[in-house]
Amino acid sequence: MTTEQHIDELPNLSGSSQRADKAFRWVSIGAGLIVLVILGLITYTMASRTGPVFRHMGFRFFTERRWAPPKEIYGALALMWGTLFTAIIALFIAVPISIGIALFVTQVAPAWLRKPMVYVMDLLAVIPSVVFGMWGVLVLARHIKGLYKWLHTTFDSWPILGSIFGKPQTRSFLTAGIILSIMVIPIITSLAREVFETTPQSEKEAALALGATRWEMIRGAVFPHSKGGLVGAVMLGLGRAMGETIAVALTIGSALGQLTFNVLAPGNSMPSLITAEWGEADALKKSALIAVAVTLFVITIIINVIATSVVQRSIKRSRGAV
Amino acid sequence: MSTMMSDQSTAQVLEDLRPKRSWRQARSNIMVMLMGLAALVIVVPLVFVIGSVISRGAGVVFRDFPSFFTKKIPIKSEDIGPGMGPAIVGTMLITGFATLVAVPLGILGAVYLHEYGGTTKLSKLIRFLATVMTGVPSIVMGLFIYVIFTLRFGLSGVGGALALACLMLPVVIRATEEMLRLVPGNLREASYALGTSKSRTILTVVLPSALPGIVSGCLLAVARAAGETAPLLFTIGAARAVQGNIFKGANTALPAQIFENAKSLFPGAQERGWGAALTLVGIAFLFTLTARIVSSAYQKRR
Repeated sequence: MTTEQHIDELPNLSGSSQRADKAFRWVSIGAGLIVLVILGLITYTMASRTGPVFRHMGFRFFTERRWAPPKEIYGALALMWGTLFTAIIALFIAVPISIGIALFVTQVAPAWLRKPMVYVMDLLAVIPSVVFGMWGVLVLARHIKGLYKWLHTTFDSWPILGSIFGKPQTRSFLTAGIILSIMVIPIITSLAREVFETTPQSEKEAALALGATRWEMIRGAVFPHSKGGLVGAVMLGLGRAMGETIAVALTIGSALGQLTFNVLAPGNSMPSLITAEWGEADALKKSALIAVAVTLFVITIIINVIATSVVQRSIKRSRGAV
Repeated sequence: MSTMMSDQSTAQVLEDLRPKRSWRQARSNIMVMLMGLAALVIVVPLVFVIGSVISRGAGVVFRDFPSFFTKKIPIKSEDIGPGMGPAIVGTMLITGFATLVAVPLGILGAVYLHEYGGTTKLSKLIRFLATVMTGVPSIVMGLFIYVIFTLRFGLSGVGGALALACLMLPVVIRATEEMLRLVPGNLREASYALGTSKSRTILTVVLPSALPGIVSGCLLAVARAAGETAPLLFTIGAARAVQGNIFKGANTALPAQIFENAKSLFPGAQERGWGAALTLVGIAFLFTLTARIVSSAYQKRR
């Protein structure tokens, strides 16, 4: 690095070549700056369009449950809940499976099985979300009816589970959560794999040499190294799940104003509401929908900023320890 | 790799020494089995989704082969029959234009981060924000382009392409920087020693030697972008005939058509949706596969 910089300063270039050099440098700096420009523009241009709805609703926009365009009531509370609720359901399913797969691939699987597993993840990651959504609404929702009815009738009289598995609908928070979980598993798995791979070989061997079983080795040597990174990976998954639009729009059932713990109830999330209502929106409603998008943007940015710094720090720390 | 082997063989030796069928061993075996189960569980949805897409899509596509790929989209969505021509053209044009915008900018951005910025504050900030930007919901990008572009210039393919480009840019930057990192420093030094300027070194030495990796990273980004729906909903509008001019007039694309038809109750529309899904998944897989082939051929060569 230092030699490079040193050489860089040597003035042994002819005039025109030096000018070309400078120009290229500025062009590439400009390209790098575009990231900042886009993020800044998103924040500024979109926030400036939310004026009408905030003049109309004020801060109640965030605390109002109802979303009733005919009455000009625009509240994002139920939408924020729906977004969080589906994302939590998705993580509830996806996190154990992702950690299981990542451990399997990094600690257990024979070498010949590792590549096929990576291919499976690649394929899952590249299937468009609209295809998952279509499959969810036209195939999964139809076949899962029986299971939902069974869940409802079985747990109906139980204290907490009774309200979690309330009146069933095939397009519901749970259906959306299941589809979302399939979509975030590749993301969480690949990060978890990266994190697990930073465990120093020497510590794993030390654990085994002390007579630890394979599971005890994972708990004693792999997990302590990966805690921070795993938290970050799960948070990145959360951010993706909250921002996912099309698959959720097709499967969540589009019911407004739902503030419920019933996973089998239809609901709505911020992104899916935007796609559903954009078409016939007047100026105030468009402004309200953009305000929903800005809210979503801010939430996902905060989650991503925290998650990215957690992951980077954890990977850096364990690399430093090696 | 060799440490991995020794890990396994130590484990084996230890397993031989250990008293058989202890509770600890049983618990360990159960956990390992659960991990294997997790790996199996995730294959199930993949098989089911791809199975549905092929079994429902192939019939539609091949019954009307090749007119499914060329005919206009029926004006009444209850009509049964082909086709998806305008959507296929739209997807190719829009994704292609997005690639033209995002790939050069992304590569240049990565060149800045790795070759010029290094560890300066600005480049650290850009690198961090590029990672954060990969997590910006695609629907937000769509509305952003709606606000700054579509409101002024109207619905057109370009709007969709710009939204897709915004989504691709951070992915291309990250992937390219990863590849630039693998280029050995002495290649650069050798080039400097010959009196080559920095920009020429980057253009004629560094980028060409990282090219296969960059190509494969970009192909993956294209595969992802081709399947994005949400950014297109607000920017391209809807068209039922081929719209070859992406700068003017409403356009359409495969993901948008799948979304429309998945919401429809008419069997004919749903059929077209499955056909479009098969086409789109086929395109996405093709790009992914090409990316894998390029990168593995590159690894072998090294």
